[in-house]
Amino acid sequence: MPFIEAAGIAKSFPAGAGVRPVLRGVSLSVERGEFVSIVGAMGSGKSTLLSILAGLTPADEGTMTVDGEPVTGVRTNAAFVFQNYSLLPWFTALENVRLAVEASCPALSRQEQKARAKETLEQVGLGNALNRRPRQLSGGMRQRVAIARAFATDPDLLFMDEPFGALDALTRETLQGELMRLCSSVSQPVTTIMITNSVEEALLLSDRIVPILPGPPATLGAPITVDLPRGRDVALLAHDEQASHVRAHVVATLTAALGNRRPKTTPGVVFTDKEKTKPGLVFP
Amino acid sequence: MKRLLHLLLPLVGVGLALLVWWGASLTVPDLPSPVRTWQESKLYVLEPLAKRGEVDQGIARLAYYSLVRVGQGFLLGAAIGTPVGFLLGVSPLLTRMFDPLMQVMRPISPLAWLPLGLVLFRKSEPAALFAIAVCSMWPTIINTMMGVRAIPQDYWNVARVLRLSRTTTFLKIIVPATLPYMFTGYRLSLGIAWLVIVASEMLTGTPGVGGFLWQEYNSLIYAHILLAILTIGIIGFILDRLMGFAEGKLRTV
Repeated sequence: MPFIEAAGIAKSFPAGAGVRPVLRGVSLSVERGEFVSIVGAMGSGKSTLLSILAGLTPADEGTMTVDGEPVTGVRTNAAFVFQNYSLLPWFTALENVRLAVEASCPALSRQEQKARAKETLEQVGLGNALNRRPRQLSGGMRQRVAIARAFATDPDLLFMDEPFGALDALTRETLQGELMRLCSSVSQPVTTIMITNSVEEALLLSDRIVPILPGPPATLGAPITVDLPRGRDVALLAHDEQASHVRAHVVATLTAALGNRRPKTTPGVVFTDKEKTKPGLVFP
Repeated sequence: MKRLLHLLLPLVGVGLALLVWWGASLTVPDLPSPVRTWQESKLYVLEPLAKRGEVDQGIARLAYYSLVRVGQGFLLGAAIGTPVGFLLGVSPLLTRMFDPLMQVMRPISPLAWLPLGLVLFRKSEPAALFAIAVCSMWPTIINTMMGVRAIPQDYWNVARVLRLSRTTTFLKIIVPATLPYMFTGYRLSLGIAWLVIVASEMLTGTPGVGGFLWQEYNSLIYAHILLAILTIGIIGFILDRLMGFAEGKLRTV
């Protein structure tokens, strides 16, 4: 039985006098330990889908189970990484992480919680920034703290909403590497669902890529398996035949959905509706 | 050069004000000139801690009485206003319920509350505290409420995804996020409390800067009225600056 099983998810939001449908007929199953990326343009309902899967927002229709149990709220053992870091500015890096440890393991003493937080922060290379506050850290360092906070609680389920979206290209690559390392180093397999607008990022990290087809209401396209061993390398991906095949497939699916615009399959394709221009093709 | 100017310009302003005061004292016979005011007041300023009688005391001593009273009334107002602000901030229902009431009670003058306080408590001291607390708590309530409402969705998300308990959410997220707003409220409330103290001392005749002012008016020693006015202004200014400093510290955290 799949670890996450969602079927027929629909969601609308009130808009003026009526409702605006955001998602319809969304079904997804994710195996334990799998890394699935949901790729699509901004504003297509990706974040809504993630927050439904995570139990943060209730769906209007559909059924959803995690580990055989229906989702009623935020699951214990689930962790989150948001695009905008979501760190508490009045706490140091250490306190931000410790708070997560305290919430998930209240039985630990304060010292043990601190030790665990410190250890995780050291794993992401922030051993010398423990007592700095978020505003004293760069964007990349803040996201490291957020990743440490997610992994400090030893999660079996990880939700990431554009985790590297706000970072510059170089920092993004380093952090993607760190994330791969962390995912492979933890004691239990982490099932991960990541939202991204970068096909390249999805290709680098995931076992399966699910394109989200913008509506409204948005629906999910057929999942595409990335049949490459984990621990991939950006440079190698650029020339790998299998990678090129998947990339072309994902881009073709997304562009077809965007309205028959002719895609040029370039490495580093980024779907965005904002003017955050990155190298590669941009769909306005 | 620019810094020197920044220091000098306020002095020029004060000088001009003194000039206007002096000019006015030439035309209004009862108004003492700045020099006469100083001559008649210097005993109070140079011996600020002297106690010659119930109301005839050094200016620091009088200010101290007023400050203690203001402090008590302000703390009482803050002790009521802060939790009420939090409640209104988290509950739209309560806001709906009490907002009109608040809007009506907020503009009521301290002079109107004081007699009610006297009726309720039958003594001038608690009546004064009542008036100060009731008048000064509104900015605390409103700013705390606004602060809670202004908490970014991000922080609520943190509370939800970490599954923080209600107590932890309150202590680690709501309070720190609201603190700068609360202190803005406290600063405004303290300003109002200081305004109210003078009125309430004048009406109840209790010793303090306001009581002194009223008594000296009745004794026709007009120079002392000006002394009291200046004292009230300077202390109010210092209080505001102190609170503003605390507020600024919190904002940078």
